Amino acid sequence: MNVLACIKRVPNTGAKIVLTDDNQRIDASNLGFTMSPHEECVIEEAIQQADAHGGSAHVLTLGPEEATEQLRTGLAMQADEASLLETDGSEWGPRATADAIANVVREMAEDGTEFDLLLLGNESADAANYQVGVRVARELGLPCVTGIKSLEVEGDTAIAGREIAGGEEIYEIDLPAVITVKEGINEPRYASMRAKMRARNMEIDRREPVGTAGAGSLEKVRLETPETDDSAAEILGEGPEAVPEIVEILESEVSVV
Amino acid sequence: MILALVEHERGLPAEASLEALTLARELASVEGTDLDAAAFGGDGSALADELGTYGVDTLHHVDHDDLDGYAPEAWGESLGQLVEEIDAGTVVVPSTDRGHEVAAHAGVTLDAPMATNCVAVEVDDAGAYELERHRWGGSLLEHARLTGDRKVISAAEHEFPVTPADEATAPTVTEFTPSLEADHLRVRVDRVEASDEEGIPLGEARVVVGGGRGVGGAEEYDQLEELADLLGGTVGASRAAINDGWRPHDDQIGQTGAKISPDIYIACGISGAVQHMVGCKGAETILAINTDPEAAIIQKADWAVVGDLHEVVPELNDALRDSA
Ligand SMILES: Cc1cc2nc3c(=O)[nH]c(=O)nc-3n(C[C@H](O)[C@H](O)[C@H](O)COP(=O)(O)OP(=O)(O)OC[C@H]3O[C@@H](n4cnc5c(N)ncnc54)[C@H](O)[C@@H]3O)c2cc1C
Ligand SMILES: Cc1cc2nc3c(=O)[nH]c(=O)nc-3n(C[C@H](O)[C@H](O)[C@H](O)COP(=O)(O)OP(=O)(O)OC[C@H]3O[C@@H](n4cnc5c(N)ncnc54)[C@H](O)[C@@H]3O)c2cc1C
Repeated sequence: MNVLACIKRVPNTGAKIVLTDDNQRIDASNLGFTMSPHEECVIEEAIQQADAHGGSAHVLTLGPEEATEQLRTGLAMQADEASLLETDGSEWGPRATADAIANVVREMAEDGTEFDLLLLGNESADAANYQVGVRVARELGLPCVTGIKSLEVEGDTAIAGREIAGGEEIYEIDLPAVITVKEGINEPRYASMRAKMRARNMEIDRREPVGTAGAGSLEKVRLETPETDDSAAEILGEGPEAVPEIVEILESEVSVV
Repeated sequence: MILALVEHERGLPAEASLEALTLARELASVEGTDLDAAAFGGDGSALADELGTYGVDTLHHVDHDDLDGYAPEAWGESLGQLVEEIDAGTVVVPSTDRGHEVAAHAGVTLDAPMATNCVAVEVDDAGAYELERHRWGGSLLEHARLTGDRKVISAAEHEFPVTPADEATAPTVTEFTPSLEADHLRVRVDRVEASDEEGIPLGEARVVVGGGRGVGGAEEYDQLEELADLLGGTVGASRAAINDGWRPHDDQIGQTGAKISPDIYIACGISGAVQHMVGCKGAETILAINTDPEAAIIQKADWAVVGDLHEVVPELNDALRDSA
């Protein structure tokens, strides 16, 4: 069973987000880059399913040359192959992103690699448009279910579970299918030093994405860091000496005792 | 016309849907147009009675012989067809799993753009939307412009307090039967399995005791469990603690975990990363216990204790047990 894992490179923000002067982007000059936790699970799931059912796990991203860093993270986790749909770093809208992914899936099928399962994150870490997976599926005419937190493949059927209040709703879907996942579906492995070294020298398949950058009809004007109440907390004290104060607050201020 | 998607359980609209309806009513009033609602299954007239409070003019009750329970593509396709049939300019959905999933499908059917997690929407002279929406789970705001004859937007959770209309209405109920093909129905809920989790779900707890990397190990959570028990609350955790294998992922609070809205969140050994804090925006108050007076959480909390949680929490538990 061949599995495709789609991921997106995003800045690794910490305790505070700083914007560029033109308020168009996150100032990433002092930041590393990462991917959404959902997508780390996408890679882990792809590897586990490919291992369990025989086949290969293939990581894919649409992004600039630098995004090979995230592809290599996938390879270090033991994905078999990686493809970069190389852009000049400009943003691609969700429709364009989905079209480019769908297109490469068709291309690869023509070259003999057919994917039984296409995995994506439920939503990206930064833009959270909640739609690339659905759009890829509709473009390819495949069934799709989103927000999945448990997955088993039996024969040609995917048994997928989504959390709802008080339990889980279960879907049974014929493969090939597109499934978007949430963090918690598995525990992504840590890559060993050796695996990371090995991944550094692995070949990455590079392709030119079909389509063009552009926001479409949802256009970003600017970003803003929302106002937060940054008045520092009232310090109740140091160490256990503060306990009476805490009890007082629990009793009278929030009335939970 | 503005069309709001309403999720409901036995005729009672869900809270997130009422929030979306509140935004939809604002838009309908600004644009001087009707406010309609769409709902799947159940009893249309019972739901219509409820929706009158919120000023809905017409409830489009979607039903189809083959639609039995939730089916994402069929629902999205039906919603898209309904929008075309009644010529709605904008569809507003709640920011729920289903809301986003159905809207994404409807967006494909309608070839329309979708703006998710909106917190404010203004309409300009040309009918374009100048909107503000969450990015990074709400740690950033984006000002964006949404254009097109058909627009799909989702109302960010907890951003539109549910308010009844100035004048209640008596919504007309119209039955809508979409034309569905087998492919639209190939994905549907097969069955529901009840969870065997005990205790209060994080999202509903009035008191949440959160533990981060500062807790130091799986066993050390016992003291946090005890504190949560004494206060009738639930334990949550940061992603760092979950990555270390100390807690299950279900306990995670934040952008890719649970969103909490307790009366008080007691954050122990948590630094206050933005992706964690967006999960506790709904908390009325925050008390931080941290060894580092410079930790970001101290800026974001209402009260803080600078100190080792391993000393503070057991002592606090003793005091609470004594006072009980
Ligand atoms: C000029 C310009 C301006 C833009 N302005 C905005 C804006 O204002 N607001 C806005 O929301 N977006 C904007 N975008 C696009 C945005 O950056 C998104 O990356 C893009 O729309 C994809 O959406 P998403 O990542 O949020 O999708 P989602 O649907 O949230 O992503 C779901 C999953 O799809 C997969 N995926 C997403 N992107 C990729 C990728 N590149 N490669 C591989 N897999 C991927 C991942 O598995 C991800 O978890 C703009 C783009 C351009 C060109
Ligand atoms: C896209 C994305 C999504 C993410 N989603 C989430 C999410 O949903 N939820 C989430 O939590 N994180 C999320 N993260 C991770 C997040 O950025 C942080 O890495 C994480 O929240 C840090 O957890 P922490 O505060 O427990 O650990 P640390 O940052 O390591 O902080 C530990 C704190 O404990 C204090 N401490 C140490 N010892 C003691 C002691 N004995 N007593 C008291 N205090 C002590 C330290 O001073 C420090 O402040 C996400 C990251 C990304 C990139």
